[in-house]
Amino acid sequence: MTLAAGTELATATNEHLANISNTLIYSAMAVYTLAFFAYIAEWLFGSRSRVGRTAAALTPEAKAAAKRPAVTVQQAGGTAVLERPTVVVRSAAGARDVPDGPGAHGGDAQGDLYGRIAVSLTVLAFLVQLSGVIARAASVERAPWGNMYEFNITFSTVAVAVYLTLLALKKNVRWLGLFLITTVLLDLGIAVTVLYTASDQLVPALHSYWLYIHVSTAILCGAVFYVGAVGTVLYLFKDSYETKLENGGKPGTFATSVMERLPASSSLDKFSYRVNAAVFPLWTFTIIAGAIWAESAWGRYWGWDPKETWAFITWVAYACYLHARATAGWKGRKAAYLALIAFGCWLFNYYGVNIFVSGKHSYAGV
Amino acid sequence: MSTPSKTRSGATPERPDEDLGAAGSQLSTAPKEELPNLPSLGVIGWARWFWRQLTSMRVALLLLLLVSLGAIPGSLIPQSGIDETKVADFRKTHTFVAPIYDRLGLFHVYSSVWFSSIYILLFVSLIGCIIPRTWQFVGQLRGRPPGAPKRLTRLPAYTTWRTETEPEQVREAALKLLKKRRFRAHLAGDAVAAEKGYLREIGNLAFHIALIVMLTAFAWGQLFKSEGNKLVVEGDGFSNTLISYDDFKSGNLFSSDDLVPFSFTLNKFTGTYEATGPNRGTPRIYQAAITYTKGAYGKDQKTLVKVNEPLTIGDSKVYLTAHGYAPVITVRDGKGKVVYNDAVAMLPLDSNVTSTGVVKVLDGYRNAKGVTEQLGVSAFFLPTYTKGNETASTFPALENPVLNLTPYHGDLGIDSGIPQSVYQLDKSHVKEFKDAKGAQLRENLEPGETMKLPNGAGSITYTGTKQWANFQVVQQPGTDWALGAALTAIFGLAASLFIQRRRVWVRATQGPDGVTVVEMAGLGRSESAKLPEELGDLAGILYDQTPGAPESDATDRTGTTDRTGSTTRTSSTDQDPTTPEPEAVPAEGAET
Ligand code: HEM
Repeated sequence: MTLAAGTELATATNEHLANISNTLIYSAMAVYTLAFFAYIAEWLFGSRSRVGRTAAALTPEAKAAAKRPAVTVQQAGGTAVLERPTVVVRSAAGARDVPDGPGAHGGDAQGDLYGRIAVSLTVLAFLVQLSGVIARAASVERAPWGNMYEFNITFSTVAVAVYLTLLALKKNVRWLGLFLITTVLLDLGIAVTVLYTASDQLVPALHSYWLYIHVSTAILCGAVFYVGAVGTVLYLFKDSYETKLENGGKPGTFATSVMERLPASSSLDKFSYRVNAAVFPLWTFTIIAGAIWAESAWGRYWGWDPKETWAFITWVAYACYLHARATAGWKGRKAAYLALIAFGCWLFNYYGVNIFVSGKHSYAGV
Repeated sequence: MSTPSKTRSGATPERPDEDLGAAGSQLSTAPKEELPNLPSLGVIGWARWFWRQLTSMRVALLLLLLVSLGAIPGSLIPQSGIDETKVADFRKTHTFVAPIYDRLGLFHVYSSVWFSSIYILLFVSLIGCIIPRTWQFVGQLRGRPPGAPKRLTRLPAYTTWRTETEPEQVREAALKLLKKRRFRAHLAGDAVAAEKGYLREIGNLAFHIALIVMLTAFAWGQLFKSEGNKLVVEGDGFSNTLISYDDFKSGNLFSSDDLVPFSFTLNKFTGTYEATGPNRGTPRIYQAAITYTKGAYGKDQKTLVKVNEPLTIGDSKVYLTAHGYAPVITVRDGKGKVVYNDAVAMLPLDSNVTSTGVVKVLDGYRNAKGVTEQLGVSAFFLPTYTKGNETASTFPALENPVLNLTPYHGDLGIDSGIPQSVYQLDKSHVKEFKDAKGAQLRENLEPGETMKLPNGAGSITYTGTKQWANFQVVQQPGTDWALGAALTAIFGLAASLFIQRRRVWVRATQGPDGVTVVEMAGLGRSESAKLPEELGDLAGILYDQTPGAPESDATDRTGTTDRTGSTTRTSSTDQDPTTPEPEAVPAEGAET
């Protein structure tokens, strides 16, 4: 409520801060570009090492061995008593027992070095971009999502934040880097060229603290769904690759070089499932927060406005995906396609509905 | 070392595994997937078959897909429930497809027969799915976790050790430990059986039930909904009765007795606008100060109604939806007698509030000759008049107001019985006034200025300007239910997705050499790294209470395996050529 009250005073736009913000965003793009090249270098150097783990695991002899309890996981308890019981883990029946690839650097020391440089540059670019977003917010004295330009720069900041958070939590996600940064550059490119809007104030319907909740969680959900979608796409590629190997096929050298360094298809699948499942409740909340806001702004909590409709469609599509994973015959690739369709719905809701369909959710100057 | 066992793909969630017996069953209440075995004969057979199909996961999935697909056209084609004029425009420009769309109900997708059938089927399916699942779950809660399967080594997570402690003591310790960890645990034969994570199932059921409640609340709200509009000029009042409204819509089951009794007076409307920049003219402050009374004899209360902050009175909500200007106009007849003095609400034509309206003087006016006549004045109002831009206002605030008046006299046709809009003038029986040059009389007035009607026919004065606000009064019962259900759905969903339901068994038996062999195994609904972690943790604690005994010669008690195929204890006992691989791991699920 204080936020709304604060913005209610028609504050003069601070041109100076807006210019600083623009400079910061352009600088962030420059640093992301450097990071992009560092990731490329990581993949290039990584290609020198020949890893054939997936192939090896899928040979007939290896498969026979894999039938037995697969991996010994961990030592239980502390080290006080020497001989502690060890837990033996079996993988699911019918699951391929394929080890994860080593990552883009492929075990190559120089590749790894470039990978680390790339991550450092990503952190730097993220900080610069974050400052850009904050400067933008300060220049308009409100949250930075009053129009599509602001939405775009905030969205990619959050997507990178999700990636860096996963890295900080020691999750094995460095393989995401190149794919993520490529699209972040694309997103920022579109933002500064097509979508740029000079700073301005919000229309009165956008003055609500539910808006802050609704839009911030929408952006976060989009960023996380996005990370999940990248995982899903890679899963589909890796799964085809594994299937081909299993059936005795011989994938091309480029495909082999890239795929061997990615995690196993089952790991990628699990990664995207976890990511999607983790934000699905938040997405549900986002829609509800939107309904509460709509109720206070327009007198109805649900009115099938195009934006609402597409949020609903996205929600149902993700529910389909979660159901599919619990339905025999729909697991694996089919569920993955559903996840991609669901993310497609999210993207359409953002770009398509804003640009092609008119509704109550109008942004100032697109 | 390969086993001849065949792995069936698409493991079904519920089929008890031959190897695990009851142990692997009922880890969830998801419906069994049945093969489409067609019923042999009879109506009942068919009905049962149909019902089974409808309540299967596969059909639920299909219906969900259909709902999302079906919602798409409504977002792309104009909808009559949202914007009637857009639909009319569409009909005009798309003469070929419009009739087809009409046939398919595409102008009102969300109330069309086909869309309703999809979601009603989905909700029937949902209810048909929930009821048996709830019963099954209640049964599981009243029963006990199933006993240990014969071969614990077959489970996804397994560990074993030997100890000098007596088997009973081990089991007792295990029971205590598991109970302390909030497992539901009991002793079954030579093993302790335990289960945890029921909240997942509760969450899942709560989520699906909440969906039903939410839809019911929404439908209820639509049926009993009412929505009306009232334009109120500053100083005027409104009381919530059907006849007070300018327009009114309601759901099929609404009755006028349902209207919440209240009344209010608009004291003042305040609007300020962005003065510069690309959004010049965009409203900033936009609020109505009102005094309202609940019920017939309530006491007066003052409040502000803003765009995002409606006034709530019982089930009713009062929203501020539009605003405009109402110039105060005084009309005098030839003798100087005031025959009209009122604020006339003008309707805005654009975002700078260029407005139009009509003044109608119906009785009391006599012309210069003393004959009774009616006066009609068509008016244009510009809150900000700028030289060189005479036909439209250039800013929405009252910066330099100008009222342009064109008076007529004669018969306004009010008494003909045909309903008339207060904003339109029927010019069929009226005559223009002429100015000195013989042209039609038409004048721009600033506040306080007066225009004289020719030949002593009287005068019209623009006295000042009031503002008006449009209020939308909405009553939609069931909103609280919808909100409560929505919140329940979120928590249910979170529990369902983040909690893992799993079982743990601890078996303690006397080995042939008199030493106790402890075996522990865990089974979850899905493959998760958390399960072995938890098992390891439990095993560690239990191990401290029942310390290891010296190795008996041939046994490698950890049961590790290497990939070259050398035989270890686990793998050798495990590879029983006659039993198929277990299918203990059904669906993916609760993992964070
Ligand atoms: C209104 C439509 C529905 C929606 C939006 C919906 C949504 C969901 C969601 C989001 C989940 C994921 C939670 C989880 O995995 O535990 C789920 C799970 C589940 N749903 Fe639905 N559902 C709907 C209808 C149905 C119907 C009709 C059935 C019965 C056939 C059903 C049965 C299940 C079951 C058994 C699970 C648990 C799956 C598991 O254990 O992993 N749902 N549902």
